[in-house]
Amino acid sequence: MSKSDSYEDIVKTRREENFAEFQDEDHGFMHRVQHTLHVTPALVPLIVLVISIIVFGALLGSRFFSPFALTLILQQVQIVGIVAAAQSLIILTAGIDLSVGAITVISSVVMGQMTFRYGIPPAISIVIGLAFGTLCGALNGLLISRMKLPPFIVTLGTWQIILASNYLYSRNETIRAQDIETTAPLLQFMGTKFQIGGAVFTFGVVFMIVLMLLMAWILRHTAWGRHVYAVGDDPEAAQLSGVNVKATIMSVYMIAGLICAFAGWALIGRLGSVSPTSAYEANIESITAVVIGGISLFGGRGSILGALFGALIVGVFTLGLRLLGADAQWTYFFIGVLIIAAVAVDQWIRKVSA
Amino acid sequence: MTTPILSAKNLVKRYGRVTALDHCDFELMPGEILAVIGDNGAGKSTLIKALSGAVVPEEGEVYLDGKRVSFTAPTDARDAGIETVYQTLAMSPALSIADNMFMGREIRKPGIMGKVFRQLDRKAMEDFARQKLSDLGLMTIQNINQTVETLSGGQRQGVAVARAAAFGSKVIILDEPTAALGVKESRRVLELIQDVRDRGIPIILISHNMPHVFELADRVHIHRLGRRLCVINPRDYSMSDAVAFMTGAKEPEPQAA
Repeated sequence: MSKSDSYEDIVKTRREENFAEFQDEDHGFMHRVQHTLHVTPALVPLIVLVISIIVFGALLGSRFFSPFALTLILQQVQIVGIVAAAQSLIILTAGIDLSVGAITVISSVVMGQMTFRYGIPPAISIVIGLAFGTLCGALNGLLISRMKLPPFIVTLGTWQIILASNYLYSRNETIRAQDIETTAPLLQFMGTKFQIGGAVFTFGVVFMIVLMLLMAWILRHTAWGRHVYAVGDDPEAAQLSGVNVKATIMSVYMIAGLICAFAGWALIGRLGSVSPTSAYEANIESITAVVIGGISLFGGRGSILGALFGALIVGVFTLGLRLLGADAQWTYFFIGVLIIAAVAVDQWIRKVSA
Repeated sequence: MTTPILSAKNLVKRYGRVTALDHCDFELMPGEILAVIGDNGAGKSTLIKALSGAVVPEEGEVYLDGKRVSFTAPTDARDAGIETVYQTLAMSPALSIADNMFMGREIRKPGIMGKVFRQLDRKAMEDFARQKLSDLGLMTIQNINQTVETLSGGQRQGVAVARAAAFGSKVIILDEPTAALGVKESRRVLELIQDVRDRGIPIILISHNMPHVFELADRVHIHRLGRRLCVINPRDYSMSDAVAFMTGAKEPEPQAA
């Protein structure tokens, strides 16, 4: 090499700087807070949840701060909570599912109609309903992973298709609660109540909590869970690292469909009846719960437990403001504020280089 | 003469009317660093992709250890012991160093927790990742659970090279490893590449940086117009010669090839 080619020699000799090492330097208090939040993303919604319970508890006293009222919140958010688990999975892959509410309601309608129109035993009807929800999810997954269509568009379409099919198939008829109670009580199983002290739980509530814990464990401790995050973070990088991106996306939409079908079963328990016009609000409320729960809409970041906390925050505000006698519009007002605050906090946490 | 560990004969790949590989030959000897240089559009990426399974050539054969292989996906090549560090690094920024190193080849726990519940053996993965990083002198602290996005460019490259070195039993392909790095970080990565070579793993290095190529490479494969123009020994030629061959300004002597 000629002399001019050796221009990098100067840096070859000075090796004591150790610039390619990993160091956890100690920065100020705010930096440490930021770091902790970055490592445990479900912490923010948990703090907000605890603070809001304390504030409403202080304002309302035992009317709010009682086992009965607090477990009432759980019952009120169970459907949205279960659907939010499905929505979280999808948003973690950087997708979005607008058809979750429609899948929920059509699954409940299928369960009801199988029993009452065709006389199939309720246990089998429930299995058929769960399979049907999975199938709806598979349709979304197929269009998104194989046809490469954007999730927003696909689910905007399937939302309308599934909802219309729901009305056509059910002939817009409600199956009455008394009929279900006498002939097929299993359909209302998720609504079964049991008490511990003053606290009232339903199997639907237990299912929501167990589902959230189970999904959190799966996402953290299985290869599939890590793949969900990797696909949402950077699909091309995941593909090159050997992740089967198509299969991961397909499985996420199918599991989301299955979870929505379980939400449909819980919906029968909650309402008592099978109503094709119910659960219309599950779409937007599940997305709200996920966003308030700190899961990034750009995928790959956040914890599914955050979505549970997000759903509970909405429940606490709804019940708390109603007990305070405030106009229901204030609930929406504060939820709007929370959504924007959640996204702002998310952006702050992600500034890791600071 | 020893047999090449990885070789290719008569590779052809066309994209529509463009011939990216035109009856291209390739040889990588055991334990060497072979640099592949060529002007943009000469087809060196396609050559590398054909060797790493990302592209399936229309004609020609690839031999690994003297045995004919045909890769149809990057995972095929990986399973055969060929690891590629892509220019984009192929890492998920929000996941930890350990997660990234094991992406797509996770270790599950032994016994019922791993088999039935498919639980990952985090401790084994973290220990292994830590071990590999310290082997290459990249590890001074214990935080293997740091997310990749908190690392600098050189550190990320280091993790990517360590990942390839950890699993690449036969061949490691490095695509522009210093392209996005500063001078000092490049230096560290070059040393890392030499460390890996000293462990006996042959390396294919694709680079536009002539000083780096001439410093590291044992042989230089010059690619031009979709085929191997010649292979030169960097000690016999100057960088300007190499650039002249690459751009067609000068013809190599017949015996050089």
